Amino acid sequence: MTVTGRLLEVDNLSKRFGGFVALENISLSVAPGERLGLIGPNGSGKSTLVNCICGTLHNEAGTVRFDGRTVDGLAAHQRTHLGLARSFQLPRPFVSLNLIDNIRIPLLYTVAVRGKHHGADEVEARCVDLLREVGLDAKATRLPRDLTQVEMRKLELARAMAAEPKLLIADEAMAGLTHSEVEDILALLVRLNEQGVTVILIEHIMRAVMSFSLRLVVLVSGRKIADGDPNEVMRDPEVERAYLGQ
Amino acid sequence: MIFSFDLLINAVLSGILIGGFYAAVTAGVSLSFGILDIVNIAHPAFIILGSYVAYIVNTTLGVDPILTAVIMLPAFYVLGTGIYQVYYVSFEKRGQESLRGLAFFFGLLFITEVSLVLYFGVDYRYVEASYIGPTWHFGTIDMPLRILVPCVVSLLLIAVLQLVLSKTFIGRAIMAVAQDQLALRLMAVDPIRIKRIAFGISIATASLAGAFLIIIQPVEPSVGRDYIGRVFAICVLGGMSSLPGTVIAAMMIGIVESLTATFYGPSWAPAVSFGFLLLTLAVRPAGLLGR
Amino acid sequence: MRTPLFLAICLAVAAAVYAAAVGVGNDYVFFAGYVILQYIVLSTAWNILGGYCGYVNFGSAAFFALGAYSTVATYKLIETQELPHVVPLPVLMLIGGVVSGIVGFGMGYLTLRLRGAFFAIATLALAVVLQTLIVNWDFVGGSRGAYVLRPEDLPLIGPYIRYLFLVMLLLAVAALVIARLIERSRLGYGFATIRDDELAAEASGVPTLRLKLIATTISGALMGMAGAPFPYYIGYLQPASTFGLDYAVNSIAMPLIGGTTSWVGPLIGTILLGSLQQIVTVTISSAVNLLVVGVILVAFVILAPNGIIGLVHHYWQRKPEDFVGRRHVETDAPGAVP
Repeated sequence: MTVTGRLLEVDNLSKRFGGFVALENISLSVAPGERLGLIGPNGSGKSTLVNCICGTLHNEAGTVRFDGRTVDGLAAHQRTHLGLARSFQLPRPFVSLNLIDNIRIPLLYTVAVRGKHHGADEVEARCVDLLREVGLDAKATRLPRDLTQVEMRKLELARAMAAEPKLLIADEAMAGLTHSEVEDILALLVRLNEQGVTVILIEHIMRAVMSFSLRLVVLVSGRKIADGDPNEVMRDPEVERAYLGQ
Repeated sequence: MIFSFDLLINAVLSGILIGGFYAAVTAGVSLSFGILDIVNIAHPAFIILGSYVAYIVNTTLGVDPILTAVIMLPAFYVLGTGIYQVYYVSFEKRGQESLRGLAFFFGLLFITEVSLVLYFGVDYRYVEASYIGPTWHFGTIDMPLRILVPCVVSLLLIAVLQLVLSKTFIGRAIMAVAQDQLALRLMAVDPIRIKRIAFGISIATASLAGAFLIIIQPVEPSVGRDYIGRVFAICVLGGMSSLPGTVIAAMMIGIVESLTATFYGPSWAPAVSFGFLLLTLAVRPAGLLGR
Repeated sequence: MRTPLFLAICLAVAAAVYAAAVGVGNDYVFFAGYVILQYIVLSTAWNILGGYCGYVNFGSAAFFALGAYSTVATYKLIETQELPHVVPLPVLMLIGGVVSGIVGFGMGYLTLRLRGAFFAIATLALAVVLQTLIVNWDFVGGSRGAYVLRPEDLPLIGPYIRYLFLVMLLLAVAALVIARLIERSRLGYGFATIRDDELAAEASGVPTLRLKLIATTISGALMGMAGAPFPYYIGYLQPASTFGLDYAVNSIAMPLIGGTTSWVGPLIGTILLGSLQQIVTVTISSAVNLLVVGVILVAFVILAPNGIIGLVHHYWQRKPEDFVGRRHVETDAPGAVP
């Protein structure tokens, strides 16, 4: 835990791709146990921000601090070991492994590294449990190519959860889900949060974001334009403009 | 070994001239690898094929090799489109281009080379033309015509290619297909067709490059192997898809190779381009005029 | 099937193979068999990096040749002290393995941050650079080549070629056991994620660079060990043929034809393709032989991308896991292989 009590601190983070500025001086912080919503139009840089925080991309300027440590030089896998997990917006399953094995990877390579060791049967049981939580246990021995798009998103989420993170970033995990499926995933995330996992929810489904978030951050064209109580943020004229146009 | 200024000048000049030729050799790979992202390591084999075609026509009909190559351009183009079609259906569509695509081209490289050995044997073959033999002298500077002519025509080829890529619709579509296939589709252009055309052009350049090669030096089937590394080294150094970059990189490599051969001995020359490649990849994968 | 049992079965098969070879009564069997065993090691080693991790190495010949030339260097070094062959073959293989392993590690470190295609090209470049270095190194004979005296016949075993065959047989068993062990361990899972999606692997906590380095080192070391006895086998070592493309093609073709997902693939591919090549070389010519390899490689890669394992799976409708059993994963205790 940091001196300031923040789990994640992003300071003046900037990222460019050649001449294109994807993120400009983003600063935000997340307290432990918080439920943060991150919204913004397509192309506003939400996934880029996640990539920079998690180490998949390298930011040119700014600092990221997680759990008191500066993580700027660390590789993505090291940040995952520290407790930072994310699901990918476009699912990236391990195509040659079945679902159980997909979930097994974070258990073998992240959880085990932290010193918790389980026997083979325990690991297998844990994998099936996680699949059950997202409703995929029936297809446990199938390959990702046998899944629908929606099921692949659920697998993404389950795999991120398997890393037993302190902070979980869910990047558009609910896209394409039915009303009840969205409720299920929301309930799942709330449950996780109650168990102590901090969650950053990136979504376009507004009612999900509004009901879940305790705080809302809005990103537009690589800049943060709002950060605060969800209802107040949604009443902010600049935010209205960003979503409804000028 | 005596260091002499004349030797230096001639080595550098020779390097520049050869570099021009190397640029033509690499142009095809800049298209297939730089723009289309297809690792065609068999490209040198097609160049050798071009050399042998020029050889056959030259020895039986006495036709100038470069002329032969120009006439054979459509044939090589068709060969290229055919190969791309097989590649696309077997690998690109299935998303397996990394391992199996590489193995495919590796196999093609092998088949081509060995077939040539079986048909022609391992003797060195050469062609006859009026400009092979004479050398122009300017004071202490020697410019063998057999290198000068291919160099000049190579640069011409590159210029034409650059014009095509930047001014014609097909050319711009080819540049676009590397960046945004979806946008192309939305413009009612079939990206697969564009890629096929581009690959066809890539192999067509091999026809000309082959003619240049056999003018510059005698050829036997395994000569192509030296060029695999050279070609990718120049392509990467030159920034992958940039033709001007390719020319600069080609001349740089030509000069360094020439200097090495002159002052250290020809047995070290192969290591130069390959060593350059390793260095570039390790230090700056984006090349000199990076993407 | 637990590893010790598998090892015991392999050794039993190896013993039977050796006994059969002795029984044939013609030493040619040992000469031909040696080549096939050598390729079992090379293709299995290649597959650890290529099949399991998805990183294609075109420079197998370089690692093989490094092993061979480290033997030549050791031989020349010791020979000047008038004690020929004092260094036992297993030690030579160890030296070859260490040299090639270090180079494998170094090459990995330089190039593994690159996208797969660049890595493949870099391996090609490395092979040529190494070849050029050897060609210019007169101590090991340079381009003229090096003569190496084959040691005398041994007691109990007889002609030295039989000893070479036996040693290579044991190395082949070792390679297969190592490959299978990797496949079924946590390391094997890690390799598979690298092959499937490196970004997702990193995000899941897999230290991809470290694992890739492990793969290149093990792969290189095995190839070097396969190359170390080669000078004794062939008597006259020459850079052009030792660094030849045939090693590169075969070590790629054999796993691709057999199937890259498991240790069984390179074994099947080598036995089939290797035997075919021996037959073609002897009955037709060695040039046609290479043509055949190229054609078969291209045909398989287009028509049967998962190799023979894949074909068997397809026609017998059984999962490959049933053959190679990913059920019992030996998850690691603390402090074990990463």
